[in-house]
Amino acid sequence: MPRYTPPSHAASEITPRALFDSRRAFIRSAGLGSIALAAGALGLGRAASALAAQKFGALERSPFSTDEKQTPYKDVTNYNNFYEFGTDKREPAQSAQSLRLRPWTVTLDGLVARPRTLDIDSILRLAPLEERIYRMRCVEGWSMVVPWLGIPLAALLKQVEPLGSARYVEFQSLHDPAQMPATRLRVLDWPYTEGLRLDEAMHPLTIMALGLYGEELPRQNGAPLRLVVPWKYGYKGAKSIVRIRFVEREPATSWMRAGPSEYGFYSNVNPGVDHPRWSQATERRLGEFLKRKTLMFNGYAEQVGQLYAGMDLRRNF
Amino acid sequence: MAAAAWIPRRIAAPGAGMLTAVKCLVFAACLLPLADLLWAAWRDDLGANPIEAITRGLGTWTLNFLLITLSVTPLRKLSGLDWLVRLRRMLGLYAFFYASLHLLTYLWLDQFFDWAAIVKDIAKRPFVTAGFLAWLMLVPLAATSTQAMMRRLGGRRWQRLHRSVYAIGVVAVLHYWWLVKKDVTLPFTYALILGALLAWRAVRRQDRGGRANAALVRTPGVAMAKSGAE
Repeated sequence: MPRYTPPSHAASEITPRALFDSRRAFIRSAGLGSIALAAGALGLGRAASALAAQKFGALERSPFSTDEKQTPYKDVTNYNNFYEFGTDKREPAQSAQSLRLRPWTVTLDGLVARPRTLDIDSILRLAPLEERIYRMRCVEGWSMVVPWLGIPLAALLKQVEPLGSARYVEFQSLHDPAQMPATRLRVLDWPYTEGLRLDEAMHPLTIMALGLYGEELPRQNGAPLRLVVPWKYGYKGAKSIVRIRFVEREPATSWMRAGPSEYGFYSNVNPGVDHPRWSQATERRLGEFLKRKTLMFNGYAEQVGQLYAGMDLRRNF
Repeated sequence: MAAAAWIPRRIAAPGAGMLTAVKCLVFAACLLPLADLLWAAWRDDLGANPIEAITRGLGTWTLNFLLITLSVTPLRKLSGLDWLVRLRRMLGLYAFFYASLHLLTYLWLDQFFDWAAIVKDIAKRPFVTAGFLAWLMLVPLAATSTQAMMRRLGGRRWQRLHRSVYAIGVVAVLHYWWLVKKDVTLPFTYALILGALLAWRAVRRQDRGGRANAALVRTPGVAMAKSGAE
């Protein structure tokens, strides 16, 4: 059977100048950080990172990480859109605590040579955990900077040897009304379904997050594993995933079914294409007073722009 | 209409002093939602997105006060407590007060007086348009809320103008409905309550109309005289 060959990665495998520089800056700031640590003057973020190192062992630093100010842990874990646990953003921090995280398996099937069901603990050992400090832009017009821990999604997807006919990947979140009472309200078409084009899924920026701020992923953030695609609106990041299916046709996502004119398949962050009900030109970074300008592809244009060369992004929103 | 039999006289017909005390109490109580927001802001307990929390809180209380104001007449008619109407102006003005703070939060904290963005927002986003329209429609009602303005306009015209509060209620609920991303449980609840309050009026109106017609039929002379006059 033909094995999947990733689309030409050449461009993305060359570390862009800006990234190279930011890596330098990162190394410098890490150095400063350890001095600060020694001096005992450490913020919450660094304290948590130190904790992570204990919990997960040595973390791989990533050149993809931003050095922007990280959103405080308290805000990252108390401001969550996780509709399976209620539509109020403060709610999941309480209501998601009933979610059982073990045993947990993820089934990878569809157009693959070797369909498999993987246990979460084996996924945790698949590849070295990396810290990825990413911007996250919500479609509602706010944004955060989150220090995720995770593995490249590609490392997971390669386990099952996708066939040549597989062009899209569909992600399904857990739908268990016993654990997720809010799903009795048919706010969305459960299970929560998301999708990516295969080349987007294989892109090195795309990760399966297993933790944040050095800890295991809190339940309200999508434990035990969630998708993070930093150049797309936050809702593309399906939480508490139980199934990954390789398909030939573009899958219909929960949000597309909920509002086809409002939510498209691609959902790339794009300040030039407004949501029908609100502008996407600006955003409020949590913790900041003035809005800031939203960047094309959430500031990751250099890494992912070529994925959409020649596409009409106004139509493919 | 007389108060229901089970209501004590003291409550059915309070003295002037008692009424003043009640008014003061209601006045103070209406400030509690604002105090609660300010207290939460002071303790930094507004969550990760304080500006959103303030905007939402003020918007919710605008809607609450609109509905409370609209319940005064039904409550008064159902209970027979006629003095309730003396609270109506204050409650209506509080609706305008919270609406204005809500708008100010949007203009100042949310948009930081970026007029180009604000004008575009109002013109392009149906939910912003509706919200702004509702506030705009409240302005003449607040402006004509004084005894003097009531006299100047004359009872009939004043009443006709103030009936626009029904439309304001509808526009305000639409504003909320269109803003919500997906879960419309809360806007639906507001719509339901508003619908009940408006339906009560429609039914009463029809009843009154029906009774009046019946009276006319019973006394043909009056009906003829009336039609002759028209």
